Amino acid sequence: MVRAAPNAPSLSLGRRRAYGALGTGLALFCAMLAAGALLVILGYVIVQGARAINWDFLTQLPHPVGVPGGGVGNGILGTFIIIGLATLMAVPIGLLTGIYLALFGRGPIPEALRFLSDVLSGVPSIAIGLFAYAVLVAPLKHFSAISASFAFMMLMLPLLVRTSEQAIRSVPQTVREGALALGMSNFRATVRIVLPTARPAIITALLLAIARVTGETAPLLFTAFGSQFWETNPNNPMATLALQVFTYAISPYPDWQAQAWGGALVLIVAVFVLSLGARLMLRRAMRGLDS
Amino acid sequence: MAVQPRFRRVARFVSPADRGFAAVVYGGSILFAVLIVGLFAELVLGSWPSIVAFGPSFIWKSNWNPITSNFGALPMIYGTVVTSFIAIALAAFVGIMAAVFLADFAPRWLSTPLSFLIELLAAVPSVVYGLWGLFVLAPFVRTAIGPALQKTLGWMPLFSGPIYGVGLLTAGIVLALMIVPTVTAISRDVIAAIPRDLREASMALGSTKWETATRVVLPAARIGIFGACVLALGRALGETIAVTMVIGNRPEISASLFAPSYTLASVIANEFTEATTSVYISALIELGLILFVVSIVVNALARLMIWSVRGSSRA
Amino acid sequence: MKGSLVRLCAAVAVAAAMAIPAAAATQLTGAGSSFDYPFFSKAFYIYNQKNPDVTVNYQSIGSGGGIQQFTARNVDFGATDVPMNAEELARAKAPVLQIPVTLGGAAIAYNVPDINGTLRLTRQIVADIYLGKILKWNDPQIARLNKGMKLPDMSIVVVHRSDGSGTSYIFTDFLSHVSPEWKSKVGTGKSVSWPAPSSVGAKGNEGVAGQIRSTPGAIGYVELAYVIENHMPAAVLQNRAGKWVACSPETVAAAAATKPEVSATNFSIVDASGANSYPISGYSWVVVYKNQSDRGRAKMLYDVLSWLVGSQGQDNAKSVDYVPLPHNVQGTAQSTLNQMQR
Repeated sequence: MVRAAPNAPSLSLGRRRAYGALGTGLALFCAMLAAGALLVILGYVIVQGARAINWDFLTQLPHPVGVPGGGVGNGILGTFIIIGLATLMAVPIGLLTGIYLALFGRGPIPEALRFLSDVLSGVPSIAIGLFAYAVLVAPLKHFSAISASFAFMMLMLPLLVRTSEQAIRSVPQTVREGALALGMSNFRATVRIVLPTARPAIITALLLAIARVTGETAPLLFTAFGSQFWETNPNNPMATLALQVFTYAISPYPDWQAQAWGGALVLIVAVFVLSLGARLMLRRAMRGLDS
Repeated sequence: MAVQPRFRRVARFVSPADRGFAAVVYGGSILFAVLIVGLFAELVLGSWPSIVAFGPSFIWKSNWNPITSNFGALPMIYGTVVTSFIAIALAAFVGIMAAVFLADFAPRWLSTPLSFLIELLAAVPSVVYGLWGLFVLAPFVRTAIGPALQKTLGWMPLFSGPIYGVGLLTAGIVLALMIVPTVTAISRDVIAAIPRDLREASMALGSTKWETATRVVLPAARIGIFGACVLALGRALGETIAVTMVIGNRPEISASLFAPSYTLASVIANEFTEATTSVYISALIELGLILFVVSIVVNALARLMIWSVRGSSRA
Repeated sequence: MKGSLVRLCAAVAVAAAMAIPAAAATQLTGAGSSFDYPFFSKAFYIYNQKNPDVTVNYQSIGSGGGIQQFTARNVDFGATDVPMNAEELARAKAPVLQIPVTLGGAAIAYNVPDINGTLRLTRQIVADIYLGKILKWNDPQIARLNKGMKLPDMSIVVVHRSDGSGTSYIFTDFLSHVSPEWKSKVGTGKSVSWPAPSSVGAKGNEGVAGQIRSTPGAIGYVELAYVIENHMPAAVLQNRAGKWVACSPETVAAAAATKPEVSATNFSIVDASGANSYPISGYSWVVVYKNQSDRGRAKMLYDVLSWLVGSQGQDNAKSVDYVPLPHNVQGTAQSTLNQMQR
C-alpha cells in the first residue's frame, strides 16, 4: 500500500480550507496590528504635538519653570550642529574603510575589519556614550557637543562602511578596468569614476544613518549635557531636541509635557523625511543603473 | 539588493598619487579599527576596579547599594531578560505571522503599503516611543490591560500585585513594538528566498496554500527566521531611553510582571552622571561591558543564522 | 551630490556659528540638585537679562550628580541639598567652599482619589509607610487621624528618588530622627535601599512629582516649590511640638530660625523644635573651589553667586515658592563666598 505523504493530513478538504482561511485571517490581523501600531503612535504624536507647535516653539529658547511659553529653538540648532559634525567625521572614515574593503576584499585583515564593523553595529548606544565620555569628556573636564558628535559618529560608521563597500563593488568591473586601461592610476580611477557611480547608494546610507542618530538620546545624557541657551561652540555643552523631549517628558509640568509632544512631532517629521528621502534616492539610483 | 560580483584582484599601486591614496585609505581603515578596539579596551579598563572588587559574583548578587558600595547586577540582568523576553515573545508571534502574510498571501497593492508602514515603525525615535509609552500605554495598562489580566490570570504570581502602569509589562510591550519591524522585514525576506519549487511541490501534492506556508515554507526558513528573532532580541537588550521612561526604576527582583524593575541600560542612564565613588562608576561601566559582550554574542549568532539561509548579510 | 551634502552640513555649522551673537557670552556651568532647579532656572534667567554677557547653564541631575561632576571639574559649580562630607571633600583634592543658597521643605505629596480635605499624618506614620509597615490607605492608624474622610481600600505606592538626591538625604535624615527602626535598618543618605515592598523610583523631584500625579494611591516626598507649582495635595504633619503644620515658606522659615548658626558641618534642621516648624526642612548648598585658575571666570562666578545669596537674588526665591535665607545666614553665605580667590 502506498504510504501517505508526510504532509497529507487526514481532515477533509473543506476543514483544511477553513483552517487555512482562519490562519490567513490571523496573519492578516498581525500585519494590520503592526502597521496599525505605527498609525496609533503617529496619531497621538500628531494630535498632541500639533497643539504645541508654532513659530515661537521652533525658534525660541526654553523659558524657566513657571514662565509659560518658550520653545526648543536651541535644541533644533544643537541637533543640526552635532549631527553635522558627526557626519563630517563619519563620512571620511567610513568611506575610506569601505574603499579599502572593496579593493582588498579577501584576506584576514579585511575579514577582521568586517567583523569589527558588525560588532560595532550591535553595540548599545549607551555603551558608546560611555566610551565618548571616557575619551572626550573626562580627560577634557567638560561636557561638549563634540563628544556627542563622536558618539554619533560611532553609531553611523557601520552603515556607511558596509554600504560604501557594497556600492563600490557593484560598480561593474568593466568600468573600473576601462579606466585603468586608459592609463589612470588607481587613485584617479576610484575617485573620479568609481565613487561617483556609487554615490547614490552612499548618500542613501548617509541619510539613513542620520535618520537613526537624530532620535538617539542615551549617549547625549553624559556627553552634550544640555543647555538652556543658544550655543554654537562645539566645545561647550549643547542642547539637543531628543534630550529636551526626554527632560520635558519626565517633568511634572503640563506646560513642559505639551512641549515634549511638540518636540516629538518635530523629531518624527525629520526622521521620516530623511528615511523617505533615502528611499526615493535609492529608487532613482536603481532606475539610473538600468539605463 | 545589488548583485555581488565575483571579486577580482586589483592592479598594484604604482604611481606616487596611488601611494598617497593607498596611505590615506589604509589610514582611514586603521582609524576605524582603532576606534572599535578602543571602545572595547576602554570598557574593560573602566570596569577593572569593579571586576577586581566583586569578581564573578557581580553577576549573581542582587544588592545594588551605592552607600555601602556593594554592587550586584542580578536585578538589572533580571529586568533586562524579562523585558526582552516579553518583547520577543510578542514580536516573534506577530512578526512571523505578518511576514508569512506579506510574503505569500498579500496582493501587491496591500503588501507594499503594509510593509512600508511596518518598516516606518523602525524609524520612530526611541524617545518618542518612551513618551508615548509613558503617557498613553502606561495609563492604558494601569486602567485596562492590567486589571483584565489580573481578573483572568491573577492567580499566577506573574500577574499579582499592584498595577502601577509603569513596570516590566509596559516596557516589554514598548520593546515589542520597537523590534517587530526587524522580525517582520527579515523573516519576510527569508521566506521569500525559499525557492518556488518547494512551494509548488507541496501544492502539487495537494496541500492548501496555508498548509504550504506553515508546514513547508516556515520549517524550511526556520533558521533564518530564528536568526531574525535573535537579531531583534539583540536590539531589545540594548534599548535604553524608551525603557528607562516606563520601567519604574527599582533595582529589585519581583515575580509580578506589573512590578517596576530596572535594566542594565537604564541604570547606566539614570545613575552615571552622579556616581561619586570610583567603584560605583566602575560598576556601571562593568554593566556596559556586560551589555557589550552579550550584544556581540547575540548579534554574531543571529547573523550566522540569517546568513546561512539568505546567502548574504544585511543590516 | 555627496560632496555638496558634506558642504551643506559644514555650511550650516559655520553659518550658525557666525549668525548668533549671543554665543559670545561667557557660559558658566553648574549641575546638581533638582530641589533647587525651579529657583535657579528663574534666578539665572533674570540675572542673564540684567547681565547679558553671562549665561549660567544649570542642569538638574541630582545632588549626587552635581558633586560628581564638580569633583571631576566638568562644571564650574555644584549644587547639593546636603554639604559634601569629609570623604567627598577629600576626593575633590582642593579646598571647597560650601555656601547655603536657599531653604526648602520636602512636602509629603499624595494621590488618593475621592477624598475631601487634606490628609493628616504623624511623623511616625510617615516612617512606617516608608518602612513598609503600613500598606493601605484605609489603615486604622491613618483613619484615626482623619475621621470624616472616606479613605479607599487602596495599596499605598511609595515613590522615592532613583537618582542620588539631596532631597532624599533630608527626608531620610528626618526619618532617622523620628524612627529608631529606620535609623538602624536603612539610615540616612542620598541613595538608600528603600524597604517598602510596593515602591517605585523616579528621577529628580520632577520625576517623583510626575509619578505621584499619574499613580493613584501614590505618596512621595517632593520639594515644596514643585508641589505648589503643580497644585498637588500635600499632607499636614504633626511636628515635634505636637502642632499640625502644613509645608509652606513660613513653616520652613520657622524651622530654620531654630538654628541661627548654620555651617557645612552643622546643617540639619529636620524635626526642629518650635510650634510652627515644619519637620522636613533643609538648606541647599552651592559648592565652588576656593582656588580658581581662570581669574576672569572666577570674577563672573563670584558676581553671580554674590547676587544669588544677596537680597536681590533671594527676592526671586519668594516668587517661585522658595524660602529666602534668613538674614544672618545670608551674611554667613557672603563671607564664605568672599574666601574665593578671584
